[in-house]
Amino acid sequence: MNKTTVNKTHAEYLQRLKKEKRNVVFVQSFIFIVFIGLWEVSSNKGWIDPLLFSSPKRIGFLLMEKLTNASLFSHVGITLSETILGFLLGTLLGTLFASLLWWLPFLSKVLDPYLVVLNALPKVALGPILIVALGPNFTSILAMGILITIIITIMVVYSAFINVEPNYLKVIQTLGGSKLHCFKEVILPACFPTIISVLKVNVGLAWVGVIMGEFLVAKQGLGYMIIYGFQVFNFTLVLLGLLIIAILATIMYQLVEILERKLIKNR
Amino acid sequence: MAFLQLNCISQTYFSKRSSTTALEDISLSVRKGEFISFLGPSGCGKTTLLSIVAGLFPPTVGSVTLSGELLKGPHPKIGYMLQQDYLFPWKTVKENVLLGLKLRDQQNDRHISKTFSLLKEVGLEGTLDMYPTQLSGGMRQRVAFVRTLATNPEILLLDEPFSALDYQTKLKLEDLVSITLMEHGKTAILVTHDIGEAIAMSDTIILFSKNPGRIIRTFKTPETLKRLIPFEARHHPDYSMMFQQIWEELEQIEQNDSE
Repeated sequence: MNKTTVNKTHAEYLQRLKKEKRNVVFVQSFIFIVFIGLWEVSSNKGWIDPLLFSSPKRIGFLLMEKLTNASLFSHVGITLSETILGFLLGTLLGTLFASLLWWLPFLSKVLDPYLVVLNALPKVALGPILIVALGPNFTSILAMGILITIIITIMVVYSAFINVEPNYLKVIQTLGGSKLHCFKEVILPACFPTIISVLKVNVGLAWVGVIMGEFLVAKQGLGYMIIYGFQVFNFTLVLLGLLIIAILATIMYQLVEILERKLIKNR
Repeated sequence: MAFLQLNCISQTYFSKRSSTTALEDISLSVRKGEFISFLGPSGCGKTTLLSIVAGLFPPTVGSVTLSGELLKGPHPKIGYMLQQDYLFPWKTVKENVLLGLKLRDQQNDRHISKTFSLLKEVGLEGTLDMYPTQLSGGMRQRVAFVRTLATNPEILLLDEPFSALDYQTKLKLEDLVSITLMEHGKTAILVTHDIGEAIAMSDTIILFSKNPGRIIRTFKTPETLKRLIPFEARHHPDYSMMFQQIWEELEQIEQNDSE
């Protein structure tokens, strides 16, 4: 095959890829528009109860109103800071704890059954106890976000630590390295991809913890907005809360993914 | 006095149900500058013995002395090279080869430039900023070789370092390792199950039996072969003779085992 035909077939291949991508985006937007349109129409025509399911237009108007009188920002700000702190602290503390378990095998053997129980336990069930212990405030909601992420972080990261190829450690030992060297030069960098992927899982989990915590105690935040809307039967407010959470959670997830690509490009 | 001395070493592994003796009463001495091979069937404990000499764990019975000094744990004068390269994929070639110096706090200009000249010696001067995944198997093993040599050990323990490579690369690397070690006056212990490799590379070949691992016989390579580089040694008439001799001995061991 000569050069021109190769170039030609390559161009055709690229064309095909482009076309496929265009089709996917087209169908995606089609589904979205049909869904919103159908929702609006069926709400107007009374096919679904507008009191329960609201309508896109009403949610939009409410959003505008809340943006102009700025009452939305404090809700978003407080929930966002709780979530970000929650999943960062959960991942960080979980990794630290996993390191401690790696360093002290005896401790890891002792704590194993407790970790299994804690992992199986639905952490949100501890909500009432947290509120009693820490008070109905920011701290107990943050604690909920951390609690829900930390156990799974410990278990996943620890198991990655102990599954690192033992011959890597042998190399460090024969080169005269200490246990701390083993950890710094091998264990931690080898498990870096695992820690990042745990971070991704924790973004989602922290949202669960924080919204749950706000359901229970808060006087502010998106979880509070949702539960308040439910209590006064304003489902437009509930759906607006949901919409904002969906957007923020997606953005956070995407950011962590970008971080992942930047940090582990050499693997 | 012997440079490296192994005194009556036995190694027993314990498990819940049983205990297995991997090595029994191994004594031998290695002269400075000597190249020794441990040859034997798989499971004869030769890698275990190498790990003991590397100071990775103490033997159940017996001791290792280096210039008369009792060995306790990894020693700066002993370097260890594994079957596969085990280069750290998250470190560049430069960071990999300088790791030993970093761990021993010896990262000064003199040691660093010496390491770089070693890298040049094995033909890899242009790879400093590359990552191991960008290199071929033979190149990676050469980097691992330099990493082991960088801390300037006097004894090199080579645990089947060529077994994961294709035949051609293996022959080339044998020559390179043999010449480099000779030029720098290193002592070496090579673990292998390849009779040809043992003859071509070493001065002394120690034959092991298995269950438990014992020294069966010691062969001295004839002077004619010692002088040649491994690739040339493989074509010398004495090579085939010695090969035959060791082959028969190994057959004998196998027969005794099955009886």
